[in-house]
Amino acid sequence: MRWTRKHLLTMRELDASEIVLLVDTAASLQEIATREIKKVPALRGKTIVNLFYEPSTRTRTSFEIAGKWLSADVINFSASGSSTTKGESFIDTAKNIAAMSPDVVIVRHSSAGAAELLARTLPCSIVNAGDGAHEHPTQALLDLLTIREKKAHFDGLHVAIVGDIAHSRVARSDIHGMRKLGVTVTVAGPPTLIPPFVQELGVKVSYRLEDAIRDVDVIMLLRLQHERMTNGLIPSLREYSRYWGLTLDKLAKHARPDVLIMHPGPVNRGIELAPEVADGPYSVILGQVAKGVAVRMGVLLLLAGSKADAP
Amino acid sequence: MSLVVTRGRVIDPANATDGVQDVLIADGKIERVGARLPVPAGAEVVDAAGKIVCPGFIDIHVHLREPGHEYKETVATGTRAAAAGGFTAVACMANTSPVNDNRSVTDYILAKAQDEGAARVHPIGAVTRGLLGEELAELAELAEAGCVAFSDDGKCVMNAGLYRHAMEYTLPFGVPVISHAEDTTLCHGYAMNEGVVSTQLGLPGAPAAAEEVMVARDILLAELTGAHVHIAHLSTAGAVRLVRDGKARGVRVTAEVTPHHLLLTEEAVRTFDANTKMAPPLRTKRDTEAVLEALADGTIDCIATDHAPHALAEKEGEFDHAAFGIVGLETAVALLLDRLVRPGLLPLATLVSRLSRDPARLLNLPGGSLAPGAPADVTILDPDREVTVDPARFRSKSRNTPFAGWTLTGGPWMTIVGGKVVRL
Repeated sequence: MRWTRKHLLTMRELDASEIVLLVDTAASLQEIATREIKKVPALRGKTIVNLFYEPSTRTRTSFEIAGKWLSADVINFSASGSSTTKGESFIDTAKNIAAMSPDVVIVRHSSAGAAELLARTLPCSIVNAGDGAHEHPTQALLDLLTIREKKAHFDGLHVAIVGDIAHSRVARSDIHGMRKLGVTVTVAGPPTLIPPFVQELGVKVSYRLEDAIRDVDVIMLLRLQHERMTNGLIPSLREYSRYWGLTLDKLAKHARPDVLIMHPGPVNRGIELAPEVADGPYSVILGQVAKGVAVRMGVLLLLAGSKADAP
Repeated sequence: MSLVVTRGRVIDPANATDGVQDVLIADGKIERVGARLPVPAGAEVVDAAGKIVCPGFIDIHVHLREPGHEYKETVATGTRAAAAGGFTAVACMANTSPVNDNRSVTDYILAKAQDEGAARVHPIGAVTRGLLGEELAELAELAEAGCVAFSDDGKCVMNAGLYRHAMEYTLPFGVPVISHAEDTTLCHGYAMNEGVVSTQLGLPGAPAAAEEVMVARDILLAELTGAHVHIAHLSTAGAVRLVRDGKARGVRVTAEVTPHHLLLTEEAVRTFDANTKMAPPLRTKRDTEAVLEALADGTIDCIATDHAPHALAEKEGEFDHAAFGIVGLETAVALLLDRLVRPGLLPLATLVSRLSRDPARLLNLPGGSLAPGAPADVTILDPDREVTVDPARFRSKSRNTPFAGWTLTGGPWMTIVGGKVVRL
């Protein structure tokens, strides 16, 4: 299997063998984090731009460390707002950055399709680090790597994704990635947070937490944004956490003893996830973050590395 | 000054004509239609052998953008686009800046059209002052100034009580109220149709119900008031059912459909090309089939382009921030001939009717007929001409079309307005 794509834009466009290649590559790079000198020369002389139009700590840092460990020059460009606010348009900014000849532009933007737009406009490789409610492929890849390490395989696994599916790019990328690897996926939440026709993405739908978490191997919780309440999608955070918050009690009563608890972060403690669960033995949340660096190293290596460097 | 169009196939639905005839034009009016007419001395002769001669096409839903947004379009460029696309007349929407909610703006548009127009221009007045949906515009004076309909198009008048009053107040003028039917509370912040594609793309969606709720409301208000309500850019199968039912019950409801809602679906949005973003959004295959069926059977009365020019900068960026709408005047006729008439989905005579006789009747406009005495507005089609849509060659100031690169057979060949061949 050789990697042939110029960009990483969505999980939807990848086939199973490409996803496995990405996960395998990431797995093989994990040991770099344990070295005393965390640096390999694979991307020496390459320039990577982190173009972040939304506030982000973990994803931006993760890409930055990944690039630096591979010896690339990494430049962070954070811009707030978008073309609608005063100042330069997204396209103009991107073209200006492209004029400086980067090899890879990593883009995070609040608009769905922003990565596709750059891929269509700029000559370099584009990595989608999250575009609106569309996709967040590197998050899905690190979720898959985490699951494979804990469960050893994907065959026959069942994952429940719980919470605000409608506004979640993580949910969409996870659904595409997991379904392609044969994982059964149930999405669960109040109907106002479940997007229309989501079953056509090949998932089951549940409107009751207790049912959704029964007999699953993994529970993936999503962050609930506070504005969902003012938009009239849920009555109150109190009611949401009462019916949809995952507590030790609900876990003990309804979930399997070997279930994994995952969350793409940042966690609203006490809303979607009780602190005892987030910090408890089932939780692999911090492990996900650690895997993020390896996944992003793998992605950058496959996109920007010379063919000889590819594993 | 006379002009004879000879040997063309004349399709004139208003007079049940379909056959090879000559059309004699004198002093800006149709003088006679008949076989092998004698050519008067000194008359200009247009040999239309192999061509199709129709009453001038009328587009009752166009945004000319002047005054106020001249960087997108002007009366001069918009009417040149119209004539290039085979339209002899357009009705222009009121969402200019300032809004066409008072006589001075109507006068300005008509004066511009008189001086610079390549096609006839019929202004549509605003229903509410500033399109704010709060107070009625000065509707009587607008009608007197020449407005042929009233619409807040681009915005939906959400206040049902106020809309009822608009319908009642305009009854004596005999002009319709045109509804941009979209319940904003059901589709706040949308970028595309709500469905499986919006779920996959993570774009906020507008459900078909956002349109249908308002179509239902407006049909009920038309029934209550006895007014004529015209539904702009109808796009859903459910709205078709509502209009069909309203007509069957004798309500004075009419409707139009755009070429893009006939020919494209939400699948086109997958490219994130903002030229696939419009209001109402591109719908599903089920909807395109329903609107085509309704157009054929007369439930939908006419075709209108909703020509909505925007500058490149308003369309090249992020999809959710891009402006709504596409240009349509220069692509509509060729698209409909190639994609509907050529494959046999819509009879040619029906298409001609939906572009000429029917919109003229709907807004009580002169034209739409080749009867003696009618204005000599004539659209001549070349059924064999093959063109590839090239936005760089548009007469419009704007290039925002999703049809760039489409190769189409058949299209406008000559446009005659007031007895004069429009030369661009």
